[in-house]
Amino acid sequence: MKTIACIAALALGALAAVPAFAEGPHLLMAPAPGHRLDDESLQRGARDFANYCQGCHSAKYMRYNRLTDIGLTEDDIKGNLIFGDAKIGDTMEVAMPAADAKAWFGNPPPDLSVEARVRGTAWLYNYLIGFYRDPKSATGWNNLVFPNVGMPHVLAELQGQRKLVETEYEDQQQAMGAAIAAKTLVGVEPAAGGKWKVLSLSNESPGSMSQVAFESTAADIVNYLDYIAEPSKNHRIRIGIIVLLFLGVLFVVAYALKHEYWRDVH
Amino acid sequence: MSKLLTWIDDRFPLSTLWKEHASEYYAPKNFNFWYYFGSLAALVLVLQIVTGIFLTMNYKPDATKAFESVEYIMRDVDWGWLIRYMHSTGASMFFVVVYLHMFRGLLYGSFRKPRELLWIFGCLIYLCLMAEAFFGYLLPWGQMSYWGAQVIVNLFSSIPVIGDGLAVWIRGDYTISDVTLNRFFAFHVIALPLVLLGLVVAHIMALHEVGSNNPDGIEIKKFKDPATGHPLDGIPFHPYYTVKDLVGVVVFLAVFSIIVFFLPEMGGYFLEANNFIPANPLQTPEHIAPVWYFTPYYAMLRAVPSAMGTQVWGVIVMGISVLIFFALPWLDRGKVKSIRYRGRTYKIWLAVFVVCFLVLGYLGVVPITVWGQFPESWPILGGADKATVIARFLTIGYFLFFLLMPWYTARDKTLPEPQRVTWK
Repeated sequence: MKTIACIAALALGALAAVPAFAEGPHLLMAPAPGHRLDDESLQRGARDFANYCQGCHSAKYMRYNRLTDIGLTEDDIKGNLIFGDAKIGDTMEVAMPAADAKAWFGNPPPDLSVEARVRGTAWLYNYLIGFYRDPKSATGWNNLVFPNVGMPHVLAELQGQRKLVETEYEDQQQAMGAAIAAKTLVGVEPAAGGKWKVLSLSNESPGSMSQVAFESTAADIVNYLDYIAEPSKNHRIRIGIIVLLFLGVLFVVAYALKHEYWRDVH
Repeated sequence: MSKLLTWIDDRFPLSTLWKEHASEYYAPKNFNFWYYFGSLAALVLVLQIVTGIFLTMNYKPDATKAFESVEYIMRDVDWGWLIRYMHSTGASMFFVVVYLHMFRGLLYGSFRKPRELLWIFGCLIYLCLMAEAFFGYLLPWGQMSYWGAQVIVNLFSSIPVIGDGLAVWIRGDYTISDVTLNRFFAFHVIALPLVLLGLVVAHIMALHEVGSNNPDGIEIKKFKDPATGHPLDGIPFHPYYTVKDLVGVVVFLAVFSIIVFFLPEMGGYFLEANNFIPANPLQTPEHIAPVWYFTPYYAMLRAVPSAMGTQVWGVIVMGISVLIFFALPWLDRGKVKSIRYRGRTYKIWLAVFVVCFLVLGYLGVVPITVWGQFPESWPILGGADKATVIARFLTIGYFLFFLLMPWYTARDKTLPEPQRVTWK
């Protein structure tokens, strides 16, 4: 009996450890620093999303007035976040016609309502900080996280221009060591002659922000994307704590009741 | 009050039903941990039906609106997120509970005479549940919904001669489309729940006819109190097991709530990341995997090689692997029912079965390249995906548990069963 339980537990453990599969270089990503309870970060994210993202990307399941969740008033929203003739109760549509989008970018830019649930926040954060100059691409930009992406670096004026740096190492172990030591977004891939190379990004020309300030802006946007992907998340977690406390009390009562009834069986 | 009861009893067997199925249904007093999952399965069934009704009020079974309506439920419907997460978590937890409930049967021989029909009703419930889950999974109309349904329906087209026609008949179209979504919705919300409920009633009626098995695998009806006629080792289901199951329900709800409120995606196993991308018939996802509860069978399907120009063999193996459960009462020839008194052989085979089932389940989630390939220089296996080869052995192990059962259970060196139930 116990043996079977042990085997089951071990096998279930193996189930939980599913490796991630990625094309291209093996990426070491920086964690997304956002926090779901940081309203100021969410508000900055809302502002930056409206200014830099929403020209091309809709968030068509998200209503403007829902942003009162993150401490904004309806007047704030109307004054600062709605640029077209949308109403406060409307969802966040995009001004760009779909046909134009397809003509300009090949694929229409995806709706970002639930993008954070598809990609995860770490991926999004590294994607936003992962652009570099690439004269070979149609837009002049490329991305370490999403190779040959159709989207140009819309935040370039903030971050400045970066270029891809390839450093060669003798073997995989050395390359991985260097990659981990970099403590930021890097990629590792095999190079010619059995060597390995680390792909990293370095500044070519500065933008209007320092790198640290830019990373915090990217984090705000990702934090906001995470929020719009599931606006009820904070509420859900709060309710969950109350539910578990209630069930804790109910357990004590139920257990006492069972104990009382079963006295005459044992 | 008692006047009202008499009035009803004269017209409807209310008191009789209550006595037969609760206050005077005598269950063995030695139920252990494994005996919680029957009542929990009933609880999850009720949760699924109730949350399902509320989801139906806002869901739109229309290929252009389905995905959007789910997000509408998640955002704009009051408590919609809770109802939806309860339903999505409930689907997976239904299988968790049912798998544990079935495993209990394997541990204590609950399928053995005189409980063969009870077991068969249970197997039918399991089949029905798989169909219910499959139809329901298309409804959110995400990429995994769409391509998962595409893959499963295409299995039917591998059947020689009638296959293609059959697949078109199921879909109502040449690909999964709005037509398919509408009929799957009908099956999910009406047809299968009706069948499920009927089967559950039959399952419980059969149980109460023959009486519950117990961890000792002996019949409590052998020793009755001569005065009352009740089994000496039995206790009335109500209040003893109602209060005991209540404790189980609270613990279960705690686990359920932890998932619903803190881990609704359950690391991508209950709600898959790719299913937050709306269905796109023109773009096949890189990696299509069914939800975790189907993965042992999916792994078998992938492991079986095609032969004689058809892939139907994998489909046949997958079908038999589920249907073989029906044969269990006639495959087991052991002298005892409970694992407590079985010999080492049965225990080893049961362990083999559990390992095969779980590892196949894991392999069904990941791409076949997960463990790499055998070196090219190896004979026969050279260059083959390790996971595929191992899945083949596991599939064989899974079937041997059943196919060799008549032999190894008959030869097993069993311990003597006790006369009366024991506490352990």
